[in-house]
Amino acid sequence: MILNDFFIFMKQELMLLFIIFLLLLIKVGKDRSNESLLYLINLLLLINVIAGFILPGEGSLFSDMFRTNPLIALEKNMLNIGTLIISMQSYSWLKSHKHLLEFYILMISTLLGMFYMISSGNLLMFYLGLELSSIPLAALVNFDLEKKASSEAAMKFILSSAFSSGLLLFGVSLIYGTTGSLAYAEITSHLSTDPLQIFAFVLFLAGFAFKISAVPFHFWTADVYEGAPVAITSYLSVISKGAVLFVFVSVLYTVFKPLADVWYGMLFVLSISTIIIGNLFAIRQDNFKRFLAFSSIAQVGFILVGISGSSSMGTAAVIYFVLIYIFSNLGAFGVVSIVSSLTGKERISDYKSFYKTNPFLSWILTIALFSLAGVPPAAGFFGKFFLLIAGAEKGNYLLISIAALNMIVSFYYYLRIVKSVFMEPNESPIESLTIPLISKVALYICLLGIVILGLWSVVYDYIFTLSPIF
Amino acid sequence: MEIIKGVPLTSYILLCSMLFSIGVLGVLYRRNALVIFMCIELMLNSVNLLLVAFSRYYSDSNAQVFVFFIMAVAAAEVSVGLAILMMIYRNTKTTDIDALNKLKF
Repeated sequence: MILNDFFIFMKQELMLLFIIFLLLLIKVGKDRSNESLLYLINLLLLINVIAGFILPGEGSLFSDMFRTNPLIALEKNMLNIGTLIISMQSYSWLKSHKHLLEFYILMISTLLGMFYMISSGNLLMFYLGLELSSIPLAALVNFDLEKKASSEAAMKFILSSAFSSGLLLFGVSLIYGTTGSLAYAEITSHLSTDPLQIFAFVLFLAGFAFKISAVPFHFWTADVYEGAPVAITSYLSVISKGAVLFVFVSVLYTVFKPLADVWYGMLFVLSISTIIIGNLFAIRQDNFKRFLAFSSIAQVGFILVGISGSSSMGTAAVIYFVLIYIFSNLGAFGVVSIVSSLTGKERISDYKSFYKTNPFLSWILTIALFSLAGVPPAAGFFGKFFLLIAGAEKGNYLLISIAALNMIVSFYYYLRIVKSVFMEPNESPIESLTIPLISKVALYICLLGIVILGLWSVVYDYIFTLSPIF
Repeated sequence: MEIIKGVPLTSYILLCSMLFSIGVLGVLYRRNALVIFMCIELMLNSVNLLLVAFSRYYSDSNAQVFVFFIMAVAAAEVSVGLAILMMIYRNTKTTDIDALNKLKF
């Protein structure tokens, strides 16, 4: 192994490690004001985003344990951008928090874990990355230390994530037992449709489904999203879910390619039930975070439709959709985060006639919700459109029509919020809020992302040229 | 040593599947958070045993390294879990997960 390769291939991971160590050193040193620290950290994260785009290498390290290519580098860059936006949006929440540095150390550790997971070429590496990305998250969910709901959410999160990784590990051990190897390349060459291997795959899939909260493994999602601080809720629903989805696609399309017929049927059931249950429950929520939790479950269902087509478009459509999803969901969460940290209000009914007092936030929220619903000028429409095309590749039009019908159902609950923001009267609306400049910039980035990704086809073409052919 | 070598692989698989199922059922049925953590440990340990058995069968040391990592990760997981349990205990004075009913539909 040449040292030069090491620095080029692991550039993004080393950058995050550097930030973690820097923050640890600052923690040891003398006390500084939260505001100056926040500016420093956001600057570091911005440098991290920019550095990620320079010189994407292609190759593998540590006898194929760690591999990278331009597509993987792009996925990591997307997660970097999302983390930066979340960090900027939670400025007003973190400004008065006692444990600011611990928050960032834990959050960046989880990001590091996701990077290792995305780059993994071996089940051991995958498992370690997965755990590094989920254990600190449990501590983060508990970050509203004085609130009981926060601890309750953290308990539910750690129990379900430990349980799901137990299932996943049993699957891993059976895969090892039937193929004799832990490396992805060798596993693929030894897989057949042996019953024990299918059983192992089912366990493996269950572990994944827990992490991406696909129905019937979604029960933890809404509770955890409601109890956690808003910044962490948006991190969980966008970054953590996005990272697992990237791995899910690449694992299904490369490692488990010999089982394609088997997992097609499973994904069919999973995606239909995920979309329907997510939609039905989203309709009746009043807590904004819970509502976004179920809407994110429904979105995952659409992503599963795209994956199940297993066409050459599959990978590109999923990555493109996750990119759009990052911007649109963070736009919605950004507004909720600002409102919740400044007023403490989290119910949808509190948002009635929000437009009268806060026109800027209302427009951001509306455009983000339009994009999530898939209204044409916003990027979300193209994201879902490509996912459905990718899903239609196998000619299963039943699946596509159910997904398309559910898109209509989802219009109802997204537009219901838009309606109450603009039209419904309210005697005591949320007062006019002064948004910190840094959060405003983050909201503008989301807005730009939603508009540009929808109108500028270069982005999708670029992702498509990088994606491997199934 | 000779006796261990004489045990066929199938027995190991059966034993581990049983241990794993006991762990899963424990997680689903027990109401005390500490016991649930113990059951998750049981699941992970059955996986460890299975990995070592397979590793012995293939004469390949990769899985044994995996086992070490699983042990370390399980310890980290439980320590974070216990810290969270402490936070809950301070609020509710119980480790029963039925007390965690503030967030629901």
